[in-house]
Amino acid sequence: MTTTEVTPTPRTARPVTQLGDRVFAGSAKGAGILILVVLAGVAAFLLTEAFPALVAPASELPGEHNLAVYIWPLLFGTLLSALIALVIATPLAICVALFISHYAPRRIAQGLGYLVDLLAAVPSIVYGLWGVGVLAPASVGLMTWLNDYLGWIPLFAGPVSATGRTMLVAGLVLAVMILPIITAVAREVFLQAPRLHEEAALALGATRWEMIKMAVLPFGRSGLISGAMLGLGRALGETMAVAIVLSVSGVVTFNLVSSGNPSSIAANIALQFPEASGLGVNVLIASGLVLFLVTLAVNMLARYIVNRRSEFSGAN
Amino acid sequence: MSTGTERTDTVTQGPELDLPASPDLLPKAKGTLPKGTAWGVFVASALVVGGILAATGFSIGLWVVLTVVLFAVATYVLSRVVEGARKATDRLVTVVVSAAFGVAMIPLVSVLWTVVSNGIARFDAQFFTYSMRGVVGEGGGAYHAILGTLIITGLAAAMSIPIGMLTAVYLVEYGKGRLAKAITFFVDVMTGIPSIVAGLFAYALFALIVGPGVRMGFAGAVALTVLMIPIVVRSTEEMLKIVPNELREASYALGVPKWKTILKIVIPTTAGGIATGITLAIARVIGETAPLLIAVGITTGVNLNPFDDRMATLPVFAYYSYVAPGIPREPFLDRAWTAALVLMVIVMLLNIIARIISRAFAPKTR
Repeated sequence: MTTTEVTPTPRTARPVTQLGDRVFAGSAKGAGILILVVLAGVAAFLLTEAFPALVAPASELPGEHNLAVYIWPLLFGTLLSALIALVIATPLAICVALFISHYAPRRIAQGLGYLVDLLAAVPSIVYGLWGVGVLAPASVGLMTWLNDYLGWIPLFAGPVSATGRTMLVAGLVLAVMILPIITAVAREVFLQAPRLHEEAALALGATRWEMIKMAVLPFGRSGLISGAMLGLGRALGETMAVAIVLSVSGVVTFNLVSSGNPSSIAANIALQFPEASGLGVNVLIASGLVLFLVTLAVNMLARYIVNRRSEFSGAN
Repeated sequence: MSTGTERTDTVTQGPELDLPASPDLLPKAKGTLPKGTAWGVFVASALVVGGILAATGFSIGLWVVLTVVLFAVATYVLSRVVEGARKATDRLVTVVVSAAFGVAMIPLVSVLWTVVSNGIARFDAQFFTYSMRGVVGEGGGAYHAILGTLIITGLAAAMSIPIGMLTAVYLVEYGKGRLAKAITFFVDVMTGIPSIVAGLFAYALFALIVGPGVRMGFAGAVALTVLMIPIVVRSTEEMLKIVPNELREASYALGVPKWKTILKIVIPTTAGGIATGITLAIARVIGETAPLLIAVGITTGVNLNPFDDRMATLPVFAYYSYVAPGIPREPFLDRAWTAALVLMVIVMLLNIIARIISRAFAPKTR
């Protein structure tokens, strides 16, 4: 028997690789690399198309302004609307997540979570139509009240817009849109809070709120921050809701309830792009590049916080 | 063991003996509110606020808000008097947290109600069978826009599902080292790309290839692909990770090569989960407006060729019908709301399908 095997196959440490293996592994790797190429392409093509606007003299740009003068009010509007959304949505999202994770009856909690997720499923154009058709007229009363009693705060100085198409309403719509994102993250971290810590707190006589304050919230703090940052990233890039809701005049103002508002970068692109031509297109793409960089920075910061947390948390 | 129990015995005896000696250390005896108090207070505050508002001028929104506020204050005061400060704070937070959930539900209900009540008027057969070619006033439909949405989303799915799934396979089954880390990081970054920037990217890409001012369905599909790939990668990756390693090892032990193990063992095991993720990803991108507005534009007629000229899509159709209506306005606004309704129905259907798939394939053990 042994004599028939003249040349025994040399045993090596490497496993046998078939052709199929190499093809499959190669294509999987290729797909991964393709994603990197696409992302590099996004940056490269935007730069290429934005370049003419960056080097053009101010006299040829729309409005004969410097590019920075053109983009600054838009950037301001973008940040302001996103900030309003963040300020409104974050506390609400934390409360909603707490309700689902610690207050609602266990049996219906998952269903309630699904209801909140439904908010994320609504297309942005629908939010835009809802914002201008329902929320804007409905909030005129609120804004008049704010102006009457809190008008000494520059935010509510007025005069109040009669249509309700104001920065405050745009921020409210954005808040509704980012609420499910922040809630989802907050719910995850609240559910991951160590069960033993919670039970120990309750056993020591803490009320439910004291238990949450001492055991759940400190554990979830960095998760909450990153969730809020993800929501901020979404609010910064949201286009249609702002484009439809906001009545724009291009001024830089903190006045949230008047009809003169700065537009946001994304909304401005959506409104101007279909009619733009020549250098106007390049200017819009340059503003898109600014938006890309801002959201990139916000998201990378959020991911950094998430990753730092996952390394140090004892949950996994 | 025996020494342990003896020790605890002595410890438990200690406090019992000490208790009467130091009554100051005991918490002061406080009563508790009877069980139905919360409901009683709620109904009472609703009645009080209703009474005051009936005298001054009634509005249902104000009534609900003031009732909740009064309820919170009354509960806190009552509980503070009877049960003490800590319990009172606890009850107050419970009211606030529950109210927050109620507040979060208001926009959902309002959006659904608005879209259905406004959109139902034109939710008829004509809307699904007619395009807008030559329509100036009433009538017409979104046949061209529905077809456009299906074609562009289909193309985007056809491009992003293979790329996304292969990348996920690479990350879970092959990827180790710096490349995998870089891909994971940049997929995360890609999740945050604003949709309008994806549209600008697609436009810039095709403007360089075809020439400035380009509009075509395929450019929109590329933009949606950029948005969809990270979602597919994430969800598929999650699903592949939960396939138990024993299955892979058993397959290797039988001499099955790695690629066949992945295709025949790993992916089929979690096919339901992957399909759910993909369905949800499609639901996410099918409602995207901004990139299609940039890269595809709008047209009134049916255009089935995604490589040539503008196409209509449902979200963009709804947008233009609303912001740039013709005269008379009403038919255009009606069509906008109906398009929004159709879009919502499609998205909800996809979500329900995803739930059904995940439910049907969930306990996959074979």
